[in-house]
Amino acid sequence: MDRRDFLLNPAKKTGTGLKASAKISKTNRPTSGLETFIGSWTANEVTHLLKRVMFGAKKADIDYFQAKTLQQTVNELLSPSSFNRPEPIKEYATTTSTAAVPDTAIVTGTTWINDYNGDGTVQSQRRTSYRKWFAGNLINQDRSVLEKLTMFWIDLFGNQMDTVGNANWIYKQNILIRSNALGNYKQLIRDISTDVAMLRYLNGYVNRGTAPDENYARELMELFTLGKGPDSKYTENDVKEAAKVLTGWQINSTTYTSYFTLSRHNTTNKTFSAFFKNKVITGRNNATAGTTELNELVDMIFDTDEVGRYIARRLYRWYVYYDIDDNAEENVIKPLAKIFKDNKYEIKPMLQALFTSAHFYDALNKGCVIKPPVDYVIGLLREMDVKFPDLSDWDTNYGFWNTMFTHVSNMGQRMHDPPNVSGMPAYYQEPLFHEIWINADSLPKRIQYSDIMVNSGYSRNSKKIIIDVIAFTKLLNNPGDPVALIDESVAILFRNDLSAALKQQIKVQIILSGQESDYYWTNAWMAYLANPTTANTTIVKNRLTAFYIYLLNLSEYHLI
Amino acid sequence: MDRRKFLLNGVPAAAVLSEVINGFAIKAFNNESPLVQAFLQGGTNINDNVLVIIQLSGGNDGLNMVIPVGQYSRYYNARTNIAVAEAKVLKLQGFEETGLHPAMTGLDSLYKDGKLKVIQSVGYPTPNFSHFRATDIWMSASNSTQDVYTGWMGRYLSYKYPGYPVNYPNTTMPDPLAVQIGSATSLAFQGESVNMAMSFTNPNSFYNLITNTYDPAPNTRAGKELTFIRQITAQTQGYATAVKNASAKVTKQVDYPTSNSLADQLKIVARLIKGGLKTKVYMVNIGGFDTHASQVQSSDTSLGTHATILKRLSDAIKAFQDDLKFLEIEDRVMGITFSEFGRRIKSNLSVGTDHGAAAPMFIFGSNTNPGVLGINPDIPVSATVNDNIPMQYDFRSVYATMLTNWFCLDKNIVASLFPPEINIQLQALPLVKEGVCKADPVPEPPDINEPGAAVITNYPNPFTESTTIKYTTAGGHTMIQIIDMLGRVIKVLFENKNATAGTYTVTFNAAGLAHGVYYARFQNGTVQQVLPMLKVR
Repeated sequence: MDRRDFLLNPAKKTGTGLKASAKISKTNRPTSGLETFIGSWTANEVTHLLKRVMFGAKKADIDYFQAKTLQQTVNELLSPSSFNRPEPIKEYATTTSTAAVPDTAIVTGTTWINDYNGDGTVQSQRRTSYRKWFAGNLINQDRSVLEKLTMFWIDLFGNQMDTVGNANWIYKQNILIRSNALGNYKQLIRDISTDVAMLRYLNGYVNRGTAPDENYARELMELFTLGKGPDSKYTENDVKEAAKVLTGWQINSTTYTSYFTLSRHNTTNKTFSAFFKNKVITGRNNATAGTTELNELVDMIFDTDEVGRYIARRLYRWYVYYDIDDNAEENVIKPLAKIFKDNKYEIKPMLQALFTSAHFYDALNKGCVIKPPVDYVIGLLREMDVKFPDLSDWDTNYGFWNTMFTHVSNMGQRMHDPPNVSGMPAYYQEPLFHEIWINADSLPKRIQYSDIMVNSGYSRNSKKIIIDVIAFTKLLNNPGDPVALIDESVAILFRNDLSAALKQQIKVQIILSGQESDYYWTNAWMAYLANPTTANTTIVKNRLTAFYIYLLNLSEYHLI
Repeated sequence: MDRRKFLLNGVPAAAVLSEVINGFAIKAFNNESPLVQAFLQGGTNINDNVLVIIQLSGGNDGLNMVIPVGQYSRYYNARTNIAVAEAKVLKLQGFEETGLHPAMTGLDSLYKDGKLKVIQSVGYPTPNFSHFRATDIWMSASNSTQDVYTGWMGRYLSYKYPGYPVNYPNTTMPDPLAVQIGSATSLAFQGESVNMAMSFTNPNSFYNLITNTYDPAPNTRAGKELTFIRQITAQTQGYATAVKNASAKVTKQVDYPTSNSLADQLKIVARLIKGGLKTKVYMVNIGGFDTHASQVQSSDTSLGTHATILKRLSDAIKAFQDDLKFLEIEDRVMGITFSEFGRRIKSNLSVGTDHGAAAPMFIFGSNTNPGVLGINPDIPVSATVNDNIPMQYDFRSVYATMLTNWFCLDKNIVASLFPPEINIQLQALPLVKEGVCKADPVPEPPDINEPGAAVITNYPNPFTESTTIKYTTAGGHTMIQIIDMLGRVIKVLFENKNATAGTYTVTFNAAGLAHGVYYARFQNGTVQQVLPMLKVR
């Protein structure tokens, strides 16, 4: 990304994270901290956890984890069975007419990731292919935190795919982040500093000699590690010195790898401020100078207390709430930062502490996160158990994944393509933060999407994805009882309960079609189960369709 | 593509984007679809008439609402424990054979003012006795053997406002297409993939909108965000402002009865119409008609649960009509009542009635062609638990007539909004005063109550094996349906799309059928007559 574009964009802001909430009285804000949650492990807690760390809470997953303990659940969620996903494939047509160098050799249906074709048309097709693949990964996530956590790091690093341009590079960055998502953050920072997409995006590949390009050095400190918290007191000169350390890296556009060129490296000594204990990184003049100095720079940055605090604040805004008040800073952020640093920046122990903490399950922290578009779109598919065709039918799946990517994008969240390097404004833009997701444009689009998914769904290649309201209802424990039907559905879909009056209204007006006795629904449901004729099916389907549309249209459905 | 089929199936999903929040239709997107443009050029009649639909949920006991005084002894025999005393029945002027329940003084006075039509025995060929299924049939106007997921009003509004909600609200239609009060969502307004109605689950939710009141949310993080989303929701509801503005324009209305939920709803409807909403259709709801037990007070059968809700219905409509007159919008508004079914002729021992078949409908408004359409239902001398009221009029004919003669919609378009199997059989009924639309006037059918006016007779009667039915057609579509005592059309004995005028005979061969009462329902244009026939050993 060009620095000039960057400066023209006023949205960049990292925030201190210390602004107290103006409106919520202090007594109604959580006072709990990182101590282990000792309350009951009920469906309520499981659903809360799943909605926060995955996309949507499926009934089967809620049941599965409710049978385990809190510690077992969090352990399992933090231990993905695999970090790999099926590779993105060439699901696009070979464009011999517009591509100067078409990727004819790549057979449709096989992966393009090892084919280093820089043709503009081909790369444009692959970017689209990558986006579909990205959405598919989210839809097909296993019982782990991996996908949402990968998105967190991708958002933190803020690379814009359309600016990077090369889908193969972006894919490599995705794999780098994904495979380190639960690994060591210090290592991830070392690796991403010479990642080809990152070198391209923040101009590291042109950072050379005596006139360094400071773009990456600045974001490394401000956005990736130290942040701009009140105690993060690095100086402008520190940025300049770090930029010198980072000189000399280039991209091999044939092998899609990065390499160090000594002749482009600034070999002088780099002197840092008191914040870094006046550290001097000795200028090297040898083939490993780039790596050696980078490692020293990373060690120096991670030796401060600010990396832990910054990352803890970012995680807090991703998983807990956007407003970090004094209690959160003292009793959650600082202890989390300490765990992070004490564990040599292993990511897992920090998440383990957060996801088992009293603060995370505090009633005053539940149901207050406005769903980002990706949670709204993908969460709906997952928690209402929308069935996709078998993965072997890649054409149909990629088509559906494209539909979902487009919905998420239209609602304001382009995955791996934020508006600028700061990532999505919902995670840093004061004072609105998450409320940015909901506006006069995005809200109707959300409702439109859920209505379509219930009413008509989407079709491709004679296959259809749709919310099967009857199949979903069958998952419930006691759907023949209209009161239980409403209670159970509300418990799965919402984090904030509906009033008894509203539930009664929904029961009478929708489930009972204005009738007064519950058994009319019970009889209809039993008749359907015993004899699912078209007529019996229609009766329950009409009511369930109206019921779920009503629920999904409520404001409560936007909160997790 | 066949235009009729097309409309029945609704507009393709691509053109219909669904945006409804809490049943509130909201801001639409840009989409200049060629389809939408094509539709907009297919001219529609400009008319600012409004239809108010009143749903009586639960299955209304029509026989105690519109009482067959002319057959009082049979009526009394069939339902002695709930029969209203003959002396108390409000006999209809000029139709003394027929009377209203004594609680319905309001409607009786509307009738005297020439603003009420009673349609006798409205139903459909194969009545369904399930609340849910029967409600769906009335809402969708489907056949009872057919599963239709769109509503009759939804199809009409899809036709009139093509492409909705894309590009709505707009200057031509700045207001909600339909407003529903008293229920969350109704199949009646369901289009192919979007519901056309803005709905208020109860009168309070309407007043909450007017006064910007939201459901309480706690002073917590969750409550803060919930309130925020609700505020944006309210701002995004394209129609909220229109409704608020219309509501604000009306500061004075007549007094409505209190403790009457239907009156509360109709009061809002009058206010919105007067306030200038271009909304075509309003739907309101009153429940409690599922009177299996204790529908009357044993000490005085003119009182009790059913009497109470009939009084509410009657008082609410009367106040509404008075208000329309006061607000000087009387000539623009007509209303209809319906329930998913009537109840059985014979009452049960728990002083109530069970699910039945055909029942009367009311049509009201100053443009109503007043009077009684059809004759009192036939009541067997000794009614059994199985006996049901056979239909005289198909409810789809009532709907179609309102669309043709009140909304002035071309009759071919109207036909396209109904299932093809029945649209040939739709009858134009004399419900609306002549001259409202420039369409052909609907001639008043001959008074078949008069001796010698019968257009259908049979001989012999009673009969053992078969009987010969003689009928006189004026030409055009002519049909005879055979209905059993359960109210089911068991056979279409004869149907000719284009018969030549004259008198003919046709044989009804009942060999193999059970003994008992059968009805031959004759239909020719606007004329229909139901003839009871008795099969004996």
